[in-house]
Amino acid sequence: MNHEVTEEGKAIVVALEGDVDLSSSPDARKILLECVRKGRPVIVDMAGVSYIDSSGVASLVESLQGARKAGCEFALAAISEPALRVLHLARLDTVFTIHESREAALAELG
Amino acid sequence: MHEARPQLKTQHPDEADGEVLVALRGPARAERLKDIRAAVGEAALRCGCAEEVAQDIVLAVDEACQNVIRHAYGGAPGGEMIVQVRRTGDGMEVSLTDFAETVDPATIKPRSLDDVRPGGLGTHFINQIMDEVQYLVPPGGRGNQLRMVKRIA
Repeated sequence: MNHEVTEEGKAIVVALEGDVDLSSSPDARKILLECVRKGRPVIVDMAGVSYIDSSGVASLVESLQGARKAGCEFALAAISEPALRVLHLARLDTVFTIHESREAALAELG
Repeated sequence: MHEARPQLKTQHPDEADGEVLVALRGPARAERLKDIRAAVGEAALRCGCAEEVAQDIVLAVDEACQNVIRHAYGGAPGGEMIVQVRRTGDGMEVSLTDFAETVDPATIKPRSLDDVRPGGLGTHFINQIMDEVQYLVPPGGRGNQLRMVKRIA
């Protein structure tokens, strides 16, 4: 898994790429929680996520809960088809705020 | 969506003939999961699964392997697991064998999805994706064997 963190306007955008699996999800969790702790809106760009498992989903859920605690917005954007399928199987596609694209997320949160 | 209920059995189903498409034996370690996923995905496509179904099966098998790594062996190094995929008359069968302490299948339960929290999703994915899920004791009498069947329409 690769990642890139950029600041765009008020928001922090975390782009995840590749497989978010048992080997890489601890890194994803750490990166996302660090961003959430800054108290600014966090957008996770998931266009490049080729695979995500329950441990990756757990990292997203924990980050969402961290963001709620910190009182900041947390949204997913441009979710790849395989990742969206897994969120749907977990019935979490209605729990997260999901934007069609990074631009759409930034228009709201940036 | 149809959700398979795990069946608790101590006896093995009859070993039906079927072409073995994947037989991987090695350490139960997270680093191996990527290769296991690739092999299982390829086998699912060879069995005639649609791309999306193949992706689902890959997820189910990955989650089952994770349960072995994290729970059966408790993260301790040195344990082995065997992943086998067979083509069957109407789909495919995956068996995952480990040599850890035998786990009481009654303790393996998916959590309620109404409770939004990290963790505990793996068993839910397995039961939701596969048509049959059976927890068995391997022929040697030690360890665990998970048998998962996916029927392909």
